[in-house]
Amino acid sequence: MMKDHVRLMQAFFASGEIIGRKKLQKMIYIAKKLSFPFHEKYQFHFFGPYSEELTLRVEELCNMGFLTEQKEKKSGYIQYRYGMTEEGQAFLDAQQVSVMRNLESCLCDLNTQSSRFLELVSTVLYFEGLEREALVDKIHIVKSKQKYTAEEINEAFSYIEHLKTFS
Amino acid sequence: MTYSTEKLYEEKVFKDPVHRYIHVRDRVIWDLIGTREFQRLRRIRQLGTTYLTFHGAEHSRLNHSLGVYEIIRRIVDDVFAGRPEWDQNERLLSLCAALLHDLGHGPFSHSFEKVFDLDHEAFTQAIILGETEVNKVLTRVSDDFPQKVADVIAKTYENKQVISLISSQIDADRMDYLQRDAYFTGVSYGHFDMERILRVMRPLDDQVVIKHSGMHAVEDYIMSRYQMYWQVYFHPVTRSAEVILTKILHRAKELSEQAYFFAYEPYHFLSMFKGNVTLQDYLKLDESVIMYYFQMWEDEKDPILRDLCRRFMNRNLYKYVEFDPSKEYKKLQELEKLFKKAGLDPEYYLVVDSSSDLPYDFYRPGEEEERVPIHLLLPSGELRELSRQSDIVDAISGKRRTDHKLYYPKDFILDNSSKRAVKKQIREILGIE
Repeated sequence: MMKDHVRLMQAFFASGEIIGRKKLQKMIYIAKKLSFPFHEKYQFHFFGPYSEELTLRVEELCNMGFLTEQKEKKSGYIQYRYGMTEEGQAFLDAQQVSVMRNLESCLCDLNTQSSRFLELVSTVLYFEGLEREALVDKIHIVKSKQKYTAEEINEAFSYIEHLKTFS
Repeated sequence: MTYSTEKLYEEKVFKDPVHRYIHVRDRVIWDLIGTREFQRLRRIRQLGTTYLTFHGAEHSRLNHSLGVYEIIRRIVDDVFAGRPEWDQNERLLSLCAALLHDLGHGPFSHSFEKVFDLDHEAFTQAIILGETEVNKVLTRVSDDFPQKVADVIAKTYENKQVISLISSQIDADRMDYLQRDAYFTGVSYGHFDMERILRVMRPLDDQVVIKHSGMHAVEDYIMSRYQMYWQVYFHPVTRSAEVILTKILHRAKELSEQAYFFAYEPYHFLSMFKGNVTLQDYLKLDESVIMYYFQMWEDEKDPILRDLCRRFMNRNLYKYVEFDPSKEYKKLQELEKLFKKAGLDPEYYLVVDSSSDLPYDFYRPGEEEERVPIHLLLPSGELRELSRQSDIVDAISGKRRTDHKLYYPKDFILDNSSKRAVKKQIREILGIE
């Protein structure tokens, strides 16, 4: 029943609290790229890979009362904070499915990173078919406003290698 | 004169019910329209299964692609030309990307993509960059031109103004399909003053913004979009047809994995079943091919595949009840057990369909760097997000946008010739007794 919703609930269960919609988007995208079974369709948008399907599914889970969404005003922007409710936990328990241990470790690791860094990592993964030099050029084109340094880009490549140990 | 600037001796026009005329003067555009990959779009309906609800909705992806091209042509030739913020060298690229933006769509693509893990956007890229007639035409412009067109469609092109024209929250794609879908479904929503919107669009930095004076026209566009989603795109009968279509594909795939012997070999599906679809396999698919198989499968031995195909072909669709997963998920688990007792596989005959399963979206203000919102250009030169300026848009943006329905075959449940007691229990839980 509602398998994609259940998978997302498992992701929230594994991650604990997730701060920021952008972070959530990138965490699920990266996990999907690592072959974890998420089926949300992603497209490239100005801020990197983005899934409208994921946005709507999370909204559904909030409306069902399975997730909480807290809106916080930051200087110049609004940030959202997500967590699982008791009803959500009961729903997940009723499904009798366990979270894959690797997925749990992977999501917890991703959740410790900044959304800026995950935006870079997900962009690198989005263009993974390109040669490294062309990929770096592409990052500078599509992410010109973020002004990622060579050091950050190298760190993203290393981090992806680290993430592959989870998949 | 180079190929990229070559004009036809006489302008060609296509009669169009939405834009009245579609004007083609560029040789490149004319040649692209003539390619086999573009002509294939004639055989793919724009609205998939919606024709089973609104019988007029038989229009094709080719109609829509020409419409998007025409809107972009008007913008770049009549509105943006000569403006210092717009680079007129991007004209041909914008026109080609508009014309080809949906090139990779397959038959009933939403269901196909879900079941066979395909991505029409990846196929759009493959058609533009691969060994195709489209690629040959684009390469005549310049060696790097196919890649530029592919980048615009993938939203990874350097000049974001070009991307915004074709794909943003107020873009040529949506402006065409809202009007076209309204026209062909026959509904009275979906209309807005596009001429006014085009006149107030302005290229600015890396986006396309709307002059503040055009806010009410944009409000109308957002309202149309909202109405069309609820009245046409989310229509429960269309969703029922989509549910059955998806289940047919699932069943055929499952049977293939079980080495089931199809009475008529599903030649066109084999690579999809095996997960190794080539571009050439993909291009052979269109809705006439798919409907042919569905018709053949109406006589298959497998009772589930046969039943689902008969339902789809003869519009004997599933009925639905409203479903609240937060309160009723235990009820659903109970129903699954009862369906099994009644001899109905719940995997195929009891389906929850959620709004997030549908490929349409509402306007989002783009908080926390989601999608880029619609920006109004105030007389002071300041930019303001639309919902902060418009009470109407603000009211719609805050509305609940989610919905779940539970689909089931009512005729089977009402049939008391077998499993009478179990079916009575099912009817009671569904609230149809």
